[in-house]
Amino acid sequence: MIALDKVSKSFEDDEGRTIVAVADVSLQVADGETLSLIGTSGSGKTTTLKLINRLIEPTGGRITVNGDDVQSVDVIALRRRMGYVIQTGGLFPHMTVRHNVGLLCELERWPSDRTAARVDELLELVNLPPGEFAGRYPRDLSGGQRQRVGVARALALDPPIILMDEPFGALDPITREQLHGEFLQLEAQVKKTIILVTHDLAEAFLLSDRVAIMNRGQLIQIGTEQELREHPATPFVEQFLQGHMGTHADA
Amino acid sequence: MRSPLGPRLLTLGLVGLLAGGALPQGGGAITIGSKNFTENRLLAEIMAQLIEAHSDLSVDRRINLGGTTVVFSALRNGEIDLYPEYTGTGWTIHLGITERVSDPLRAYLRVRREFLRRFDIQWLAPFGFSNSYALAVDSSVADSLGLRAISDLKGYQDHVRAGLSHEFLNRNDGYPGLAQAYGLSLGDVRGMEHGLAYEALISGRVDVIDTWTTDGKLLRYPVTILDDDLGFFPPYHAAPIVRRATLDRHPELAPLLNRLAFTIDDERMRQLNYQVEEEGGPFAEVARGFLQSEGLLSDTARRTAVTGERGGLWAFVKARARPTLHLTLQHLWLTGMAVLLAIALAVPLGIWLTRRRRIAGAVLGAAGVVQTVPSLALLAFMIPIPWLGLGARSAIAALFLYALLPILRNTVTGINGVDADLLEAARGMGLRDRQILTRVELPLATATIMAGIRTSTVISIGIATLAAFIGAGGLGDPIVTGLQLNDTNLILAGAVPAAALALIVDGLLGMAEKALVPKGLG
Repeated sequence: MIALDKVSKSFEDDEGRTIVAVADVSLQVADGETLSLIGTSGSGKTTTLKLINRLIEPTGGRITVNGDDVQSVDVIALRRRMGYVIQTGGLFPHMTVRHNVGLLCELERWPSDRTAARVDELLELVNLPPGEFAGRYPRDLSGGQRQRVGVARALALDPPIILMDEPFGALDPITREQLHGEFLQLEAQVKKTIILVTHDLAEAFLLSDRVAIMNRGQLIQIGTEQELREHPATPFVEQFLQGHMGTHADA
Repeated sequence: MRSPLGPRLLTLGLVGLLAGGALPQGGGAITIGSKNFTENRLLAEIMAQLIEAHSDLSVDRRINLGGTTVVFSALRNGEIDLYPEYTGTGWTIHLGITERVSDPLRAYLRVRREFLRRFDIQWLAPFGFSNSYALAVDSSVADSLGLRAISDLKGYQDHVRAGLSHEFLNRNDGYPGLAQAYGLSLGDVRGMEHGLAYEALISGRVDVIDTWTTDGKLLRYPVTILDDDLGFFPPYHAAPIVRRATLDRHPELAPLLNRLAFTIDDERMRQLNYQVEEEGGPFAEVARGFLQSEGLLSDTARRTAVTGERGGLWAFVKARARPTLHLTLQHLWLTGMAVLLAIALAVPLGIWLTRRRRIAGAVLGAAGVVQTVPSLALLAFMIPIPWLGLGARSAIAALFLYALLPILRNTVTGINGVDADLLEAARGMGLRDRQILTRVELPLATATIMAGIRTSTVISIGIATLAAFIGAGGLGDPIVTGLQLNDTNLILAGAVPAAALALIVDGLLGMAEKALVPKGLG
């Protein structure tokens, strides 16, 4: 289980003013659960995600994974137990698909045949036949294919946790819908604890068990779609649900 | 002659710097220097071969060091042990005596005495010839008018057109003093580049030129030297001058070099200069030919004297092949060492600077300042630094400083140019800092860093031609000599291989870049 306990992140801007990016956020994510962090840009959702794998260090509060404070464990080991997928895929352009996906296995000094088998397995899992795709470079892939490779790479060491930062944000609607379907299949197959940052409410409700709505660094409400719709905690949540329903329900 | 040729600005720059001194030579080795013109280089080479043939000493040749003051400073501070000097130069330049002298023996004895007293430097026996100023006229004109001596000019002085070198026009021991001593007032006196004067004389555009008595060109043109019947021109007898400390250490040296005493008269020196300048004979061969003909080399079986055959372009190219190969290797050594050292410093420094952005600007700025220092000056700055001195080390040091900036800047630019998303992905995946550097940043920056290395290398190959000015050799050697001799072939013999070398090396580095830059980019 991942637990955030009154986690804050503030920093000073160029003029010395204090900016609060995340303020006293507390939430828990159960093993095997998929949680979406949603909010407008600047709401603190991406910062919250990066606090979990310590790309950003908190200025207050505590984050634990299975009871262990993330500050007290080796940061490299911590990150290798958390797959990380970003919006643009973040594939290394100078490495083939095989090399991108197998990089962490190689750094963990796996025997090369084991790495190769793992890469093939993962590429099959994300519907990219290894025979066709393993030798390609990222520049020879479509946006959707890159994103699939990004997911495969995040799964390489079979981490119990996956952090995804707007993984489908840069894709066209058709590809996005296709990947949503694949994501749901994958979720069922691999059983990971997933935290997904998105600004698309429909996507959040479709892909995750619970949704956490953030605004201006604060966690406003967390719950299932039904809970949020039936008991919106604030007028903001109500508006947020409506506004987003309006824009995306018909899409 | 004297120090009429060569880069005077450099000389000026070097004088002060050389005062700093350098490491003394020692052991069984002796260092011979020379000034930067044919005759002086040839005398140095003759002495070098003589010493090598008749003693156990090994000879380090620092020929073509520079102008008079540079070479003399090098001798005084022990950078070299000996070089050929001229009595007139010792008299006026090193001793600063303003009184005129015309008696050769008196001049020689006085400079010898004063040099020992003031500089602890010994004049050995003179070679025999005097390289002094002279006036020359077209031989046919001389014959028809019966011109034999400078005094004979007086009768025709209103009609005489003189084409004189600018230096001769302005020196006290040149035209002004001469005109006064002989009571001459020539009708038309104009300044002229010495390289062009002979042609002007032969084609009848001028009637009199100044020259020096050992000029090899005197053999090529039908000209007659007018006798200095009033003994106006100071004597410039050449002799080896040696540090006393060196003579004490190697007592066999003085008797050995004195075997060259009076072996070369004016005519002989003219011929030797001619063999080098007009026939393109390599210094070593001309020197060997001379020593063999004097019976001063035991192994006469080696090679006979250089033939006087004049060759065409092909013969020139063939004759240059071997020295060019040697100079090219020297050039590559200078450039290669400098660039490798620059890579070894600039790439790690550049990487470090990308982690210290605040000081990156200052360091890049400092490297940029180095680039603005004119290359000759930068070379000169290296000389007084201990362990560097005259020669290859200083050249490598200067080239190294020049090579730093492009590599440094491109390393910083290349690494800073790596997409921030990729770095975040790498960190988020759990790559260590070192792994991010080696697996992501350096591979992605390779093309930019290699471009910097190529730039540095090509710049260095170009600048390395200037290394010849400080005795470091390389393809600049024939360029510098060619400039002094007004010899286009010789200039091209250095410039063309240097340009070709730059192109070839750039091409090879381009191929290396292709091999090194990871696929999947571009």
